[in-house]
Amino acid sequence: MKIGIIIQREYLTRVKKRSFLLITFLAPLFFAALMFLPTLLIKNSEKFDEKRTIAVCDESTVFINRFENTDFNTFIYIDNDIDDAKNLVREGVYDGVLYIPGTMLNLPTNAEIYSKKQIPMTVTAHIRSTMKQVLEHQKLLASGIDPDIVKASATTINVQTIRMSEEEGKDKKSYGELEFLLGMFLCVIIYFVILLFGQQVMRGVIEEKTNRIIEVIVSSVKPFELMMGKIIGIALVGLTQFLLWAVLTIAISTVASSFLPTQDVFSTGTVMNQQITELQTHPVNNESLQQVFEVVNSINFKGILWCFLLYFIGGYFLYSAMFAAIGAAVDNDTDTQQLVMPITLLLIIPMICSGLIANAPDSSLSIWMSMIPFTSPAAMMLRIPYGVPIWQIAVSVVVLYITFIIFTWLASKVYRTGILMYGKKVSWKEIFKWIKY
Amino acid sequence: MNYLEINHVSKSYETKKVLNDISIKVPRQSIYGLLGPNGAGKTTLIRILNQITMPDSGEVLLDGKPLSPNDIANIGYLPEERGLYKKMKVGEQAIYLAQLKGMDRREADKRLRHWFMKFGIASWWDKKVEELSKGMQQKVQFIVTVIHEPKLLIFDEPFSGFDPINVNLLKNEILELREKGATILFSTHNMASVEELCDNIMLINKGEKILEGSVYDIKQQYKNHSYDVVYKPFDGSGEQHLTVNSTNPNELIREIIDKGELVSFNEILPSMNEIFINLVTA
Repeated sequence: MKIGIIIQREYLTRVKKRSFLLITFLAPLFFAALMFLPTLLIKNSEKFDEKRTIAVCDESTVFINRFENTDFNTFIYIDNDIDDAKNLVREGVYDGVLYIPGTMLNLPTNAEIYSKKQIPMTVTAHIRSTMKQVLEHQKLLASGIDPDIVKASATTINVQTIRMSEEEGKDKKSYGELEFLLGMFLCVIIYFVILLFGQQVMRGVIEEKTNRIIEVIVSSVKPFELMMGKIIGIALVGLTQFLLWAVLTIAISTVASSFLPTQDVFSTGTVMNQQITELQTHPVNNESLQQVFEVVNSINFKGILWCFLLYFIGGYFLYSAMFAAIGAAVDNDTDTQQLVMPITLLLIIPMICSGLIANAPDSSLSIWMSMIPFTSPAAMMLRIPYGVPIWQIAVSVVVLYITFIIFTWLASKVYRTGILMYGKKVSWKEIFKWIKY
Repeated sequence: MNYLEINHVSKSYETKKVLNDISIKVPRQSIYGLLGPNGAGKTTLIRILNQITMPDSGEVLLDGKPLSPNDIANIGYLPEERGLYKKMKVGEQAIYLAQLKGMDRREADKRLRHWFMKFGIASWWDKKVEELSKGMQQKVQFIVTVIHEPKLLIFDEPFSGFDPINVNLLKNEILELREKGATILFSTHNMASVEELCDNIMLINKGEKILEGSVYDIKQQYKNHSYDVVYKPFDGSGEQHLTVNSTNPNELIREIIDKGELVSFNEILPSMNEIFINLVTA
């Protein structure tokens, strides 16, 4: 089987490249860093901040003794006027001075901080929120409302969405945000891998053309075999990369987590981490923490993985056939721009509509987008975390695979003519003419 | 017996007729020159033989049978526009190309190492192609063309890019391949090598065959009966060189021996180059 020999070459030359090894091993480190760095940074935050004393020069006297000291910030209230205070900062007695000018009629809503070194944003935020609380409290008192009543009336609302299924007892709780994020993530990934590996096919074809090795090869094998060998070989490179990424990411995470307290292992990044701490500080909401885990457990990761592979392969074959045809039509990389544009545009459409699709995964726009083969790989990734009826996936996959077979056949005709054509600026019109040859 | 026969092959691209009713017969174990100016249709004809393109009409017979996909292993093709994967190692690449011709990996390895030794490039086996000089790459390409010991070899401008020493090496290899039984189709603009190597030629221009035959016959056909004569006159003056046109050489000699002592008498045959230029520009 000659196509086997071609696949082998296409695969091995790419896998043995230094850049492949580099990306394969660096990306999991990057993923692991994304997972653990936020936790590490928060745990070691003292290393990234320093202690400071801030003089408070409050002419309005409203905020005397109101600023709470934190781990890093000590507030000292002084009676000196602002110019004196500034001098003290210059001399290094204080790290900064918070100046709240006195007001005649209204409550003071402006403040200034003078310092030699930049005051971190967290500190200004702390000051702002303290001032806000104090002033709101005073306003309430002035209107004769007991601030405690307002506090007591604060309420958190939980709206649980539950997707009913045909069978009883199999209803699915969903958490919205989580599925949204997962869908977005999958959509972006599939978009990038299709583009990345599709363009590798195109570059491979151009390489053979500019090298002038093409004529030697097509005297030994059919152009179709060469094109398919290249497409399949690069697909295998992609799958190898996914596999290695998955294995390495898991391995690195496991190793890294052994150096961290177990609790952190389950926090997949700051968002979750914050959510959990937030939930823990408000015991009322402990229930929703449980719900998060329930939803995480209810997401069918195995099914999603299979769908991802199915759509990656279908989408990749469809687009790489088109990229191969373009590669055959041009003489060098720079000529590809105008021909590649319409194709990337097709891929970008579902990205542009991603918000709409993820927001209403069962709208007719979403369903159509996930059926049309050019948009279905990315569009379906947005819908899949919410759960998609099996028949829709089946129809969409069948349509995608039929289209890719038709397009591979058309592309092979363009490819056959294009690879032996040199020195001709090719337009889309010309390419369509080649299909008829 | 003819190894390759092309019968009434025509091919058009859109409205342009690239080949018009071309027929040739290439005897087994001969070297056949395919001549013609640029754009005459040589490359198209060669691509048809390699089954890269299909003729619109006509047939190609190899060893008496119509050309079939299995014949790929029987044909070795060195294209004019030739190249190699730049980033790939030389040996690995040669094995790959041999495998595409249907050779077993181990057999290819064995034979290639033999050829690499013969061409004095064995030390390049593990080098990347981009590190090789152009002449070196051409040698590798030549080896790859003949490695599967094809019965029909097609060389398109094989000498371009070679220095005179390597041209000589290549010529000897081509003659040796013929001795071993290969039939060789040879496309070139280099008329000197045509006279040196080819048994038969065809001249093609604008898709039409305008001349065919053995090199000897063609020269005879286009000779203009001129003779190069050197003689020593009886009056003792120096040697005389003459170029004389005559349809009767016997008569000419008789005339000369009356005037002096004949030193040499040669018929001037036109060079293939002259014939080529005359026919193409006519």
